[in-house]
Amino acid sequence: MTQQTQASAPSNASAKNPVLEVKELCVSYGKVEALTNASITVGEGQIVTVIGPNGAGKTTMLSAIMGVLGSRGQVAFDGSLEVVPEVERMVARGMTLVPEKRELFGEMSVEDNLVLGAFQRYRMGKRDHAQTLEEVYALFPRLKERRDQHAGTMSGGERQMLAVGRALMAKPKLLMLDEPSLGLAPLIVREIFRIISELRRRGVSILLVEQNARAALQVADYAYVLETGQIAMQGPAHELADDPRVIEAYLGFGGKHQAMLST
Amino acid sequence: MDMSIALILGQDGITNGAIYALLALALVLVFAVTRVIFIQQGEFVAYGALTLAMMQSGATPATVWLLVAMGGLVTAFDGLKALKAGQMQRAGMVAGWNLAYPLALVAVLSALPVNELPLVLQVVLTLAIVVPMGPMMYRLMYQPIASAPVLILLIVSVALHIAMVGLGLLFFGAEGHRTPAFSELSFDLGPLMVTGQTIWVLVVSVLLIVALYQFFERTLYGKALRATAINRVGAQLMGISPALAGKLTFFLAAFIGALSGVLIAPITTIYYDTGFLIGLKGFVAAIIGGLASYPIAALGAIAVGLLEAFASFWASAYKEVIVFTLIIPVLLWRSLTSHHVEEEE
Ligand SMILES: Nc1ncnc2c1ncn2[C@@H]1O[C@H](COP(=O)(O)OP(=O)(O)OP(=O)(O)O)[C@@H](O)[C@H]1O
Ligand SMILES: [Mg+2]
Repeated sequence: MTQQTQASAPSNASAKNPVLEVKELCVSYGKVEALTNASITVGEGQIVTVIGPNGAGKTTMLSAIMGVLGSRGQVAFDGSLEVVPEVERMVARGMTLVPEKRELFGEMSVEDNLVLGAFQRYRMGKRDHAQTLEEVYALFPRLKERRDQHAGTMSGGERQMLAVGRALMAKPKLLMLDEPSLGLAPLIVREIFRIISELRRRGVSILLVEQNARAALQVADYAYVLETGQIAMQGPAHELADDPRVIEAYLGFGGKHQAMLST
Repeated sequence: MDMSIALILGQDGITNGAIYALLALALVLVFAVTRVIFIQQGEFVAYGALTLAMMQSGATPATVWLLVAMGGLVTAFDGLKALKAGQMQRAGMVAGWNLAYPLALVAVLSALPVNELPLVLQVVLTLAIVVPMGPMMYRLMYQPIASAPVLILLIVSVALHIAMVGLGLLFFGAEGHRTPAFSELSFDLGPLMVTGQTIWVLVVSVLLIVALYQFFERTLYGKALRATAINRVGAQLMGISPALAGKLTFFLAAFIGALSGVLIAPITTIYYDTGFLIGLKGFVAAIIGGLASYPIAALGAIAVGLLEAFASFWASAYKEVIVFTLIIPVLLWRSLTSHHVEEEE
């Protein structure tokens, strides 16, 4: 597995109008530093993916950008710098996170969950949630069928759709997805990725954290590899998909891991 | 005991029970959203009743000065913070609600002959003074420690309860007050004479409960409060800040408390420290609902009211003892049958 960082790392030059520019972000849990000097850029209308092994710090990074976790470093979003990102402010400015744990409102109906996704917009006086709701239903017909069911009784895949749908209700400029395909059947994974490309077509910028590196690299424009809290590699997604080190470690053609398992 | 006495006791019980139901709802709401056990609910009842009484005696209710002081503190904290961050508009909003508004109330109260105003205006003024103390109290005392363990929040509540009782003695003196009934109307229902105030209490309670239900089921702000109670992190990610939810909840709870005080002031003589016992009975009802279930808490409240009424007839010296002893079998039964409200990790 590669540990080397590319010193003269090319930055995400394809990002002409950066929506998100994170510079040297550091997060510590007590004494343990879980994220070290991570810098990433997401351009307008881009899908940028962050892949990496379990415990690399991907969830930590998204939480810090969103302001759920305290951090050091710079987060510039939509043209203005956040000294300390603060959740409500980030939501108000158009950033939305679909968290790893989904954090749905289990004892509320599917529709209430969705409508709450538009809370911040509603608070700022934008009363268009009925129309946004129809758009989300068009994207996820299953949610419409189940609109009165409690979120807590939905299946795993349905909950995933609900979490994404709820995030879309905020009409985000930047949508951050933490492992949207986690635990889903292949058919639904394909569906989720189809929706991700569909969203990009509509102009939403997307920061995608994924275990399913193959699918993520296929759909993304640019990719970062995060290992033990540091950006280990980066590049245009199709180039990274052909990089032998990425192939070996994340795409799983290399026999090395299998060999290790079988001994 | 004959039928007519039973009916009179029943009427008393249901009237008080309706008030306990309101208080229980507020307690359940506050706990669910903020994890605060709202011991000082009773003081809002007493402040409501006694502020109205003081107004009717022709004095400027001293509670308004407390409002000015609390508002001043909030302005000092939030207004200056907004100024430093260069958010002029926000600083203006903060100062408007927390500084200008209380001072405007002082001006209105000293300019108007408050004791000659119609009752409904006096009630509105009373609520205008007491209710904003709720969100201010949340901002000053709970917001800085919002994620502290329930026990710490409870200790703060106890401290605030003691402080409010002490200030109550200072503001209102040691004598009790009773305000005139909202209407002198009464009518006979068979052997029972139903008084106008009973009707007022029941109608207002039912209306308020229905309104709250509609608020939580139909409006986005109501849903946001429920969402915060269910999943704090999830709510935050929707832009529902714990501070906003907390202040809104305390506003509702203070409103319910002060209105309850205004409603029962013509029925019971209220002293500066009466609120505690009233709040505690709401608390018993809320415990019956497990601090989580609104309908069960409301039923529990009616049961507490009835029990209290009949206990005061059979063994009046022991009526409080009987009511509060009720909590023991209820707790036993609950601990055996249902899961308790869990402390969050
Ligand atoms: N609250 C916490 N306290 C202490 N350590 C934590 C905490 N949260 C995460 N960590 C640690 O920080 C590291 C990064 O965790 P993180 O959840 O960001 O990884 P991840 O890349 O999202 O992994 P996965 O792919 O398994 O979701 C891990 O070693 C984890 O154990
Ligand atoms: Mg993760």
